[in-house]
Amino acid sequence: MTNLYINEPMLDMFIFETSQLIGQLEKSILSSEKSNCYTLEGINEIFRIMHTIKGSAAMMMFNDIATLAHSTEDLFYFLREKRPKIMDCSILSDLVLDGVDFIKMEVEKIKKGEAADGVAEDLIKKMKDFLSVIKQHNSTEVCIDKNVFQAIVYFELGCEMENIRAYTLIRNLSALTHEVFYEPENILEDDDSIEYIRQDGFKIIFRTEYSYEKIHEFFEQTIFLRELQLIQLEGNDKEQQFFNSEQGQPQNAFIETGDIYKEVIPKEETVHRLGEEYTPREAQSAIVQQSIISVSVPKLDKLMDLVGEMVIAEAMVIQNPDLKGLELDNFQKAARQLSKITGEMQDMVMSIRMVPLSATFHKMHRIVRDMCKKLGKEVNLEIMGEETEVDKNIIEHISDPLMHLVRNALDHGIEFSEDRLAKGKSQAGTITLEAKNAGSDVLVILKDDGKGLSKEKILKKAKENSLLHKPETEMSDKEIFNLIFLPGFSTKENITEFSGRGVGMDVVTKNIEMVGGAVSVDSMPDSGTTITLKIPLTLAIIDGMNIKVGDARYTIPTVSIKESFRPKEDDIITDPEGNEMIMVRGQCYPVLRIHEHFKVETSSTQICEGIIIMAQQEDKTLCIFADELLGQQQVVVKGLPEYIKKIKKIKGLAGCTLLGDGSISLILDIAGMIGL
Amino acid sequence: MAESVENSMDMEEDTQTGRFLTFSLGKESYGIEIKYVTEIIGIQAITEIPELPEYVKGIINLRGKIIPVMDVRLRFKKQARAYNDRTCIVVIDIKEISIGLIVDTVSEVLTIPEEGIVEPPKMNKGFNNRYIKNIGKSGNDVKLLLDCEKLLTEDEMENLTEVI
Repeated sequence: MTNLYINEPMLDMFIFETSQLIGQLEKSILSSEKSNCYTLEGINEIFRIMHTIKGSAAMMMFNDIATLAHSTEDLFYFLREKRPKIMDCSILSDLVLDGVDFIKMEVEKIKKGEAADGVAEDLIKKMKDFLSVIKQHNSTEVCIDKNVFQAIVYFELGCEMENIRAYTLIRNLSALTHEVFYEPENILEDDDSIEYIRQDGFKIIFRTEYSYEKIHEFFEQTIFLRELQLIQLEGNDKEQQFFNSEQGQPQNAFIETGDIYKEVIPKEETVHRLGEEYTPREAQSAIVQQSIISVSVPKLDKLMDLVGEMVIAEAMVIQNPDLKGLELDNFQKAARQLSKITGEMQDMVMSIRMVPLSATFHKMHRIVRDMCKKLGKEVNLEIMGEETEVDKNIIEHISDPLMHLVRNALDHGIEFSEDRLAKGKSQAGTITLEAKNAGSDVLVILKDDGKGLSKEKILKKAKENSLLHKPETEMSDKEIFNLIFLPGFSTKENITEFSGRGVGMDVVTKNIEMVGGAVSVDSMPDSGTTITLKIPLTLAIIDGMNIKVGDARYTIPTVSIKESFRPKEDDIITDPEGNEMIMVRGQCYPVLRIHEHFKVETSSTQICEGIIIMAQQEDKTLCIFADELLGQQQVVVKGLPEYIKKIKKIKGLAGCTLLGDGSISLILDIAGMIGL
Repeated sequence: MAESVENSMDMEEDTQTGRFLTFSLGKESYGIEIKYVTEIIGIQAITEIPELPEYVKGIINLRGKIIPVMDVRLRFKKQARAYNDRTCIVVIDIKEISIGLIVDTVSEVLTIPEEGIVEPPKMNKGFNNRYIKNIGKSGNDVKLLLDCEKLLTEDEMENLTEVI
């Protein structure tokens, strides 16, 4: 609530933009680092991002962020212009990533409404040192640049608007050069400049790679040109002079970036530039941004709720009991139209909320990189299916667990290079992060080719912590592996910075279960571990089959229903303890009578009077016995009231929903029932 | 401006303090502080939820909002009684939890002055006055004033003892 008041729209925008830019920045730094050299595009992108961050931070008065961004920008400006050959890429990456972290932290503080009080001085100093070091190393390299010209342009007398013409000239010239200086400076704002140009001509100094002839040709094309003096300057003397005089007066900066901030606020620009490969790029991204608007998540949640209410309302109208037995052709037609539209609308709202997993996945690159450096391991992270989309709310819940799993895999799973070579594996370990759709679920699979889980160690540990409830010999591999998800379990003897506090895996399971997902693990000694997270695409609306037991109604998620059929008396087998089973096509399945399980009164207790719904979750199957099927419907999942959840967590119930007639139906949790 | 807002808030406080909604369970008459009460509705279809204590009858659909309902008779370990058209659900809102209380009949809204409210007798005997905060006097009648918060939170204690 407080956030709402503190975050003014501008600030919101700043936070949003900056976090996005930082994400992008991290990505390009890491990809640059991986290829072990900074490509021109990479440098340009980093430079551009830093420039934008600097601009917006300065506008929002976050000076430390701005100055830090500025020094990073300086660094990359040097790299872009001089392309130094001698440079330590990894130091550079560390430095820039440190800077990124600083900005991240500050933004986080701002988000929480605290003052951004971090001090970036150390970092800035480090960057400056680094810059001077590479400058020294590369000082022998003469800049390839180019020819320096001085042009003095006189316009025809009486042509009027000399300043505008001069400005146009500069604009056109920008296609040929990176750096332009000209006199008088304030050609547009200052009307005296007209007089000056008339008297003394318009003086331009610029660098370019083009030849004298070409430049001459260019100037000859100027309209109303009376006289042109074009000299190629030898040596840097005069130009240098110009440079120095410029530095004292930052207001003279003429920056062509298409970014409003820079025009509104004159900034400490020491270098003038008119970037040629740079302008179209920025313009492009501006176009892309315009077709996207950012909407706050609470608004989307609200929209989602409303659509949910509408789905219920639609069912209330169309399945209204008053309509029973009436022949209403036109109404039916209109109703079908309504259902179609609500259906589409629902899909649309869902798709708005869908976010690709790529941002979450790419965060892992950074973690892997940092940990590899600290632990001295060599690990490659491979990402597949990052374009898979998941509901925004769910993404928030899986980000942390995923991070934890990656850390675990790196810390405990992957061996050191020497050990790997000794085992005959490739020197660098591989962690694969894969996402794919599977029906209404998304599978996120984390695979490493490390040493795998040790069954003995798990069992030993489980015994020590008395987590075993079954004789060891009776446990399947899978059951043993799943022990690691129990609270208070950690096999690593030493606690490291990254993992091993024993609070890890059960938090992972808890987080995933909170969004209705499941975690499973499989492992082979010496060939690695695979952890699979199964998460639902969306939480709010599901396809459900409504069933009736006595007066009560229940809903079973359609995805878990395999089939339904009318059983015959003699299909049922009862064991000595009274548990019922049913034989279907040679397979035997347990039968669960809802009326017994939930103690509901019903008249149809005979197995042949009701119906069996076969439900499947993972590889387990359960036959549910109910009175009758009521029909399939999209239902909006609502949680049980807090009060009831507080009293008891009811196994076998996932929530409740409202039916068309306003009555409540309980949604069965098949996974919970099978686990009973 | 700010002052008037404050005033009106004071006013609201004023109109609510000392006022109680009274209802009856059998012979006894109970009161709930009116600030907790959001609305009173007739009895309606209740969806039962398994595995809950007997007094939590289930959930109802209150205009799209799903709230639990508690039978106060059963809560106080009185004999259950069939619901009729006099049976009411008093919806109260405490600490952002909404819950419906099923009572025999709702009587009236009473103003009980502070001097008319006394503490319940302290006795370590079997009788159960955990949920009674005070006793209010109104004319010749005695109203048992409920402690709503305890009504909701005491269950956990009970659950614990059940487990043990």
